[in-house]
Amino acid sequence: MSIIIDNDTKLVVSGLTGREGSFHGLRNKAYGTQLVAGVTPGKGGQDVEGTPIYDTIAESVQEAGANTSMIFVPAKFAAAAINEAIDSGVDTVIAITEGIPVMDMMPTYWKAREKGVRLIGPNCPGVLSPGKANVGIIPAQFFDQGRIGVVSKSGTLTYQIGNELKQAGEGNSTIVGIGGDPIVGSDFIDILTLFEADDETDMIVMVGEIGGDAEERAAEFIAAEISKPVVAYIAGFTAPPGKQMGHAGAIISGSSGTAKAKQEALEAKGVRVGESPTEAAQIAVETLRSL
Amino acid sequence: MDLLEYQGKELFARHGLPVPQGSHAATAEDAVTASDNLGYPVAVKAQVLIGGRGKAGGIKIAKDSAEAHEYAGEIIGMDIVGPHGEGPFKVHELWVEVGSDIESEFYASVILDRSAKKLMVMLSRMGGMDVEAIAASDPEALVKQHVDPIEGLSAVEAEQIVAQAKIPEEVAGQVAQVLIKLVEVAQAEDATLIEVNPLIVNADGEVVLLDAKVTIDGNALFRHPELGELPESADQDPQERMAKEKGLTYVSLDGNIGILGNGAGLCMSTLDVVAQAGGRPANFLDAGGGSKAEAIIDALEVITSNPEVSAILFNIFGGITRCDEVARGIIEATNKIGLELPLVVRLDGTNSEEGLALLAEAGLDNLHHEATMLGAAKKVVELAGN
Repeated sequence: MSIIIDNDTKLVVSGLTGREGSFHGLRNKAYGTQLVAGVTPGKGGQDVEGTPIYDTIAESVQEAGANTSMIFVPAKFAAAAINEAIDSGVDTVIAITEGIPVMDMMPTYWKAREKGVRLIGPNCPGVLSPGKANVGIIPAQFFDQGRIGVVSKSGTLTYQIGNELKQAGEGNSTIVGIGGDPIVGSDFIDILTLFEADDETDMIVMVGEIGGDAEERAAEFIAAEISKPVVAYIAGFTAPPGKQMGHAGAIISGSSGTAKAKQEALEAKGVRVGESPTEAAQIAVETLRSL
Repeated sequence: MDLLEYQGKELFARHGLPVPQGSHAATAEDAVTASDNLGYPVAVKAQVLIGGRGKAGGIKIAKDSAEAHEYAGEIIGMDIVGPHGEGPFKVHELWVEVGSDIESEFYASVILDRSAKKLMVMLSRMGGMDVEAIAASDPEALVKQHVDPIEGLSAVEAEQIVAQAKIPEEVAGQVAQVLIKLVEVAQAEDATLIEVNPLIVNADGEVVLLDAKVTIDGNALFRHPELGELPESADQDPQERMAKEKGLTYVSLDGNIGILGNGAGLCMSTLDVVAQAGGRPANFLDAGGGSKAEAIIDALEVITSNPEVSAILFNIFGGITRCDEVARGIIEATNKIGLELPLVVRLDGTNSEEGLALLAEAGLDNLHHEATMLGAAKKVVELAGN
């Protein structure tokens, strides 16, 4: 089954006529994703290598049957594009754009919740269901099809862990990059819920990093609601307090939100936490093979 | 981006919030001129991005020109250490403001609550001390209320918060107005944190915002050009300044192993793995997605400008980033800046074979290739020494 995207995904890309949007949108198509439309206001009627362009996302839903939207629009205009997608009739919006102001995302987050549209990101690498569909910028060659679900705040760190799993002979049902921004559409709990219900997922790897309390809340949720084994990795043990490390979300002030606090919260609920990406992958492989 | 107190107060004043009249000063002489104009007594306040200035001697009340000169001279150049050992922060500038007769001190803040995805207003009638101390000593005295993300804070809600915090009735209306305006400031100026501590009532019964701690969302600076032009206020170290000019995400740490990774998560993980191997990272440097050769050259220039660095680790997992581009950057930079420090390179992912072939061909004596992240961390620790 996999989660969020699969063979039935019909993708519309906002920003398909742009440099990044066309590069990644066409790469997703080459992977096998059904790319049905692009959207750029004022360019309706054109096409990008055979994919029709519409003026609005709603038109692409009505005319091309799009059900999943990917947002590759510059940060200044991205929240408006996400809002348009939420109103267009698609079920899922995957926002890759980084650098969206948090005050823009706050109302957008609530709008998506209210309309029941699944929002992934922003500032995320997207979603990959190996062998089925790829929406975003995740390099698919480092992942095989398999039984491990991955949910992560970080892009490259996910590639690192996915590749270690692949080298160990294991693969993934779906890899979900939820993004590292202070406000993202879906957090660990949302994705853990989907993996729990997915019959192609036997266990879950969760990759977190310093900042916020999403990992701590996930630990509580795992104990209460998740029956499948979860293995975690947390980045940022050596990050000094009060300093921002790249992702807008990766900032720690005082004691809460530290990597150590997250590790302790997870371990207290029986989640095994790897010391390094390599160890996390090893534990995941061991766990999967002992099921 | 954190604002200094005076920058925060200027922001408040633009939104019609009551702040004491004051003036910015960079020298003791400026401070005296400003104080004479304002009239005594004045508060001479160190402008650094850390709490606990008062306890550290960074805030003094001067009752005449002689005292203003004396205190300003003492405070400029002072090193201020934060209450949790942060810093030291050297004082380069002052804010001189009209002294206030404080009748009572409250605490007010508006912060982004990431978990709730809403702004949260906090108010306490106990001001002047750390919010942690307020929360610990009397949790009931700290009233917290989420703000509707679409509607903002209504007058009724603000009045309820004020009543619940047991703010004296004479000033309840003024405090409620302050809360409403603070929420407006947060939304209009993209502030993810506004802390006013203390929010005072003066001898005339007026509510005044006596301090300002404001953090602006760096992603929103494009719509606040006036804030983007603020003078560089942090006591920045030379590498951080240089990195900023080159558009790199760099954070100074206090070790001797220079680190470069691609992606914030992988880079943080690299710091952790190096520390686990017994090493001390000198920095965090995220070369970002799609790193080109030029970015690698810039990054190496920044890392090697730190005299503490005795070895460098490159940890690259190419997704969008192409490892051959990274290898080209390493080779060009090594030749350009005459790099002799040991360089441990782990290149994996997109075009890694091409990248490794380029490095082998270049035959750099100081370069060591490792196949895994853990192997690379161990190697660089061994080469860096203590």
